[in-house]
Amino acid sequence: MYAFTYHRPGSARQAAGLLAKKEDAKILAGGHTLLPTMKQRLASPAALVDLGGCGDLKGIVRKGRTLHVGAMSTHAEVAASSIVQEAIPGLAYLASHIGDPHVRHRGTIGGSVANNDPAADYPAACLALGATIVTNKRKIEADDFFTGLYETALEEGEIITKVVFPVVSKAGYAKFRNPASRYALVGVFVAKRGSEIRVAVTGAGEGGVFRWPEAEAALKARFAPKSLDGLKASAEGINADMHADADYRAHLIGVMAKQAVAQATGK
Amino acid sequence: MTATGIGASVRRKEDHRFITGQGRYTDDINRPGQAHAYFLRSPHAHAMIRSIDAKAAAAMPGVLGIFTGDDLAADKVGGLICGWMIHNKDGSPMRAGAHPALAQGKVRYVGDHVCVIVAETLAQARDASEAILVDYEVLPAVVDTASAAGAKTVVHAEAPDNTVFNWHLGNKDETEAAFRAAKHVTRLDIVNNRLVPNPMEPRAAVGDYDDGEGIFTLYTTSQNPHVARLVLSAFIGIAPENKLRVVAPDVGGGFGSKIFIYAEETVCVWVAKKVGRPVKWNSDRTEAFLSDAHGRDHVTHAELATDADGKITALRVKTTANLGAYLSTFSSSVPTYLYAPLLSGSYDIPAIYAEVDAVYTNTAPVDAYRGAGRPEATFVVERLVEVAARELGKDPAKFRMQNYIKTFPHQTPVIMMYDAGNYGAALKKALEIIDYKGIGKRKRESARNGKLRGIGFSSYIEACGIAPSAAVGSLGAGVGLWESAEVRVNPVGTVEVLTGSHSHGQGHETTFAQLVSGKLGIPIENVSIIHGDTDKVQMGMGTYGSRSGAVGMSAIFKAVDKVIAKGKKVAAYVLEADEADIDFADGHFSVKGTDRKLDFGSCALQAYIAHKFNGQDLEPGLKEGAFYDPTNFTFPAGVHICEVEIDPQTGVTKIERWAAVDDFGNVINPMIVEGQVHGGIAQGVGQALLEGAKYNSDGQLVTASFMDYCMPRADDLPSFEVGMTVTACPSNPLGIKGCGEAGAIAAPPAVINAITDALGHEDIAMPATPQAVWRAAQKSIARMAAE
Amino acid sequence: MASVSMTVNGKPVTGTIDPRTLLVQFLRENLRLTGTHVGCDTSQCGACVVHIDGKAAKACTVLAVSLEGASITTIEGLADEGGLHPMQEAFREHHGLQCGFCTPGMIMSAVDIVNRRGHQLDEKTIREDLDGNICRCTGYHNIVKAVAAGAEAMAGQAMDKKEPPRQAAE
Repeated sequence: MYAFTYHRPGSARQAAGLLAKKEDAKILAGGHTLLPTMKQRLASPAALVDLGGCGDLKGIVRKGRTLHVGAMSTHAEVAASSIVQEAIPGLAYLASHIGDPHVRHRGTIGGSVANNDPAADYPAACLALGATIVTNKRKIEADDFFTGLYETALEEGEIITKVVFPVVSKAGYAKFRNPASRYALVGVFVAKRGSEIRVAVTGAGEGGVFRWPEAEAALKARFAPKSLDGLKASAEGINADMHADADYRAHLIGVMAKQAVAQATGK
Repeated sequence: MTATGIGASVRRKEDHRFITGQGRYTDDINRPGQAHAYFLRSPHAHAMIRSIDAKAAAAMPGVLGIFTGDDLAADKVGGLICGWMIHNKDGSPMRAGAHPALAQGKVRYVGDHVCVIVAETLAQARDASEAILVDYEVLPAVVDTASAAGAKTVVHAEAPDNTVFNWHLGNKDETEAAFRAAKHVTRLDIVNNRLVPNPMEPRAAVGDYDDGEGIFTLYTTSQNPHVARLVLSAFIGIAPENKLRVVAPDVGGGFGSKIFIYAEETVCVWVAKKVGRPVKWNSDRTEAFLSDAHGRDHVTHAELATDADGKITALRVKTTANLGAYLSTFSSSVPTYLYAPLLSGSYDIPAIYAEVDAVYTNTAPVDAYRGAGRPEATFVVERLVEVAARELGKDPAKFRMQNYIKTFPHQTPVIMMYDAGNYGAALKKALEIIDYKGIGKRKRESARNGKLRGIGFSSYIEACGIAPSAAVGSLGAGVGLWESAEVRVNPVGTVEVLTGSHSHGQGHETTFAQLVSGKLGIPIENVSIIHGDTDKVQMGMGTYGSRSGAVGMSAIFKAVDKVIAKGKKVAAYVLEADEADIDFADGHFSVKGTDRKLDFGSCALQAYIAHKFNGQDLEPGLKEGAFYDPTNFTFPAGVHICEVEIDPQTGVTKIERWAAVDDFGNVINPMIVEGQVHGGIAQGVGQALLEGAKYNSDGQLVTASFMDYCMPRADDLPSFEVGMTVTACPSNPLGIKGCGEAGAIAAPPAVINAITDALGHEDIAMPATPQAVWRAAQKSIARMAAE
Repeated sequence: MASVSMTVNGKPVTGTIDPRTLLVQFLRENLRLTGTHVGCDTSQCGACVVHIDGKAAKACTVLAVSLEGASITTIEGLADEGGLHPMQEAFREHHGLQCGFCTPGMIMSAVDIVNRRGHQLDEKTIREDLDGNICRCTGYHNIVKAVAAGAEAMAGQAMDKKEPPRQAAE
């Protein structure tokens, strides 16, 4: 790692102040992407602003038909939360399968969403559930938030404070893991909210998380795994690497989508 | 059998320190005033170094020195060596290029050592490395095993066609005649995938120089500290052996990769004197991927001839082995004498002919990795045999049984004289464990669930207990492969055993103590095993090739016998009897036919006080040493059966069951032996399903971390059902054969045979990743639909 | 340089450290607690797993300076003085280790599995929850057995006294 100065504010407001003041500062949330990157000397922030002391970024609450997850909630906390399990079990399931148990104890939803790793799990949930990313400055719809590989609508110094999920009637997630890294090779989150169906795919897209309209249309007729029979995602714009070429990934999108629907419908 | 004697699953004596965090690995050692080394490595697979400008870097904070290959040359520090001479078919010696510890004018693989930076802290050394300006003239890289020979790009001028040697073994004419007469010939093209050993402890070294005494000390992650000292001293020229101490403390796994004498350890000890400070280097995992010697990497065409009765009549192979950019310490022996002599497998094959071309490429050096040559041979034989059985419409178990060697000793056409075995017994037992009769039903059940189930056999044999010195000497080895032991009895009867074997997970502190306590009839707590320090232990050869039991323990056995013989002399004086009348049993010396006896501890005390005898007739003391040189290799063998279920939707192969029946001869500690089997299978399954080192066409290693190189994890593997059969090994006094490599040798063909059984065709290579299996399964489904 | 105070194995410790010091470096180099190992640089192998406020974490991926006031348990502090923790004993009894390098992380992870999932662990659960720990020696067979046995043995013992009760939120 290169040298940096370390700051630990007590609130999001203080954090924002520090970010505005410090040249080339980066936010440290769970650190499970940033620190490995810094260890490899692939990132060299001059200052780290650690959100670990910001009590106002924690906590999971349900407000009517919405679920509010504080940005510094760890994956383990989301997975174990009875509120999440009751409101959107598919989301709790997703959180319980991010990384490994040790990573889940440290990694946070805010960090994952802000980083927008193309193989991360949470972006799929945000996009499929139609979440709202709330920052210290504004509210951003998930549809507008994920703008490309590791790219988001966040501006310099903007801090995610929470993610608000609508409580949907049905949701499920299935992931095929990269055998080595265990990140999502393909992850598909499906959600049914009233008559609206959304299917979001992570791990597979050259530009990061994306929606799969053909599957959404097919599921609109009937929200059941069978509705996806014979439906194959296009290999156009799909990632290829040594673990999976575009064809295989595209095929897996269909397989995972079916599994996700099966999970969402309890079948 | 006593609770702690031979044959008992004694819990390991060494475990306490490991489970409480008190193991002492090389990186746990810190010397006063210690500085840190960082190696600047080549980012290019192949380049000339026009210049190295380290001026700015040398002035950076904390930097104590920056050294290059020129400094090594100026100090007359020699290059790294390959200790096994292979001769070409025409009798000429292999062509080996120079292997400097720091590059001299040219780098030959990504990760090659350009220079070393020594600084107060690792961070400072690494900071300085980024300020060093290296002017490279980048050259094209030769990467691919199959096309390296004769490529335009030349890795070493000494080998202008990139061929290190073209070697052969067996009888060409007889083999060709047998193929001409064959009723059926099975042909396979096989790639044995390149692997990265990845012991969990990365390599590390602490070099220290005592200016007052003129003595160097190297603490290092070695499987054979004495061999390291020999090479560093006699060939590389760091210091005479009496001025160089090598300590290999607790070592966190080796699997072959810590046998070799590498650049980093060499430089650490050399540079300690130059900077006048102890110098530590600790590999990170990325460096380990780049610069630890890799394993396997063969491309082979193999053929098996059978007659009208389904009897195997001949086998021939043509193999190209990639040795990487430099010849590592024992690399030349792996695709030759550790490979081709095993091509007879467990079968009576009258004619065998093997040709092996070894090539240089711009990749990391390749050397022994768990099994070393024998997994490659076993994969060839067991794939051929399986496919032959399928092509002939024979049951693969029956086909094997038909062709097994059934009488011993058996001389194969490829050097080896198998001394003992009973392959049919192992096969029968494995078939029972796996419930072979029920496989049809299980396949139908899987099919009903949309899955493909398959079963695969591997009836392996290996040659280990490496090895008789005369035999390996005649084959080109630069060293003898005996082992030494010293048994020191203290005056109160406790015992220290100093062994040339080195434990890095094998549990020697327990098994060796079991042997000694059993033989001497003393409590196991009274026996300590000392290893891994050239200052304490006399010359020894170390641990690899599953040799510590068969060779290392046999040396201890011999030394203990000498102790008992000496003890009898002492007891004769004390008990006032004739030496010939002294018996030793259950920890007591006694006079035949009387109740006069002397316990072992009292005998030791008498030996040291020497009051009852005069020191002229009998030397005081009770300490004996022995060197043991085996009379033959040992030949563990067995049958592993793997049952898989494939999800054709995802291509995921799940290992449903694993039956392993091994014949390791007599077993000292079944718990430890089974543990070795489990670990070996896991590495073999890793090779078959998960692991593969890949370089791109520029010679960049694209699998340089655990993010891309797939290590077996707990949920990739099943629990294993392990059984044993026993035919005692006649070649050593303990009747033991060695168990460390068996699993890694047996497993890959069992997995691939199971997958191909499930798929109904042979078109799958290792590693059989989900993507590869999915694609292969599509082909199966299309075929089934067409039929 | 920055100052940090935390509790390690029940004892208060303070250090003045470069902010880039990872917890594992702080433990190994400053406190000379070398039982916590480093086996990779991509946060995957789990050789460095310790408990931070009662939860397993990879000490190679946490800044020491961020742990002001935290309570850390390493392999050296898992058992009561002079004894063995039931999970340590289970690893010994079931031959759940060979070279010993991954073992401290494995044991700390195993205790964490029990803390999260209770004392009756089936093979599938154990294998899946060892996702973040790599062993190259054992093939996991005996580790799985050890974890199951250790979990049961822990039921008969008081929960680890040195670790505070799990906090609802961090």
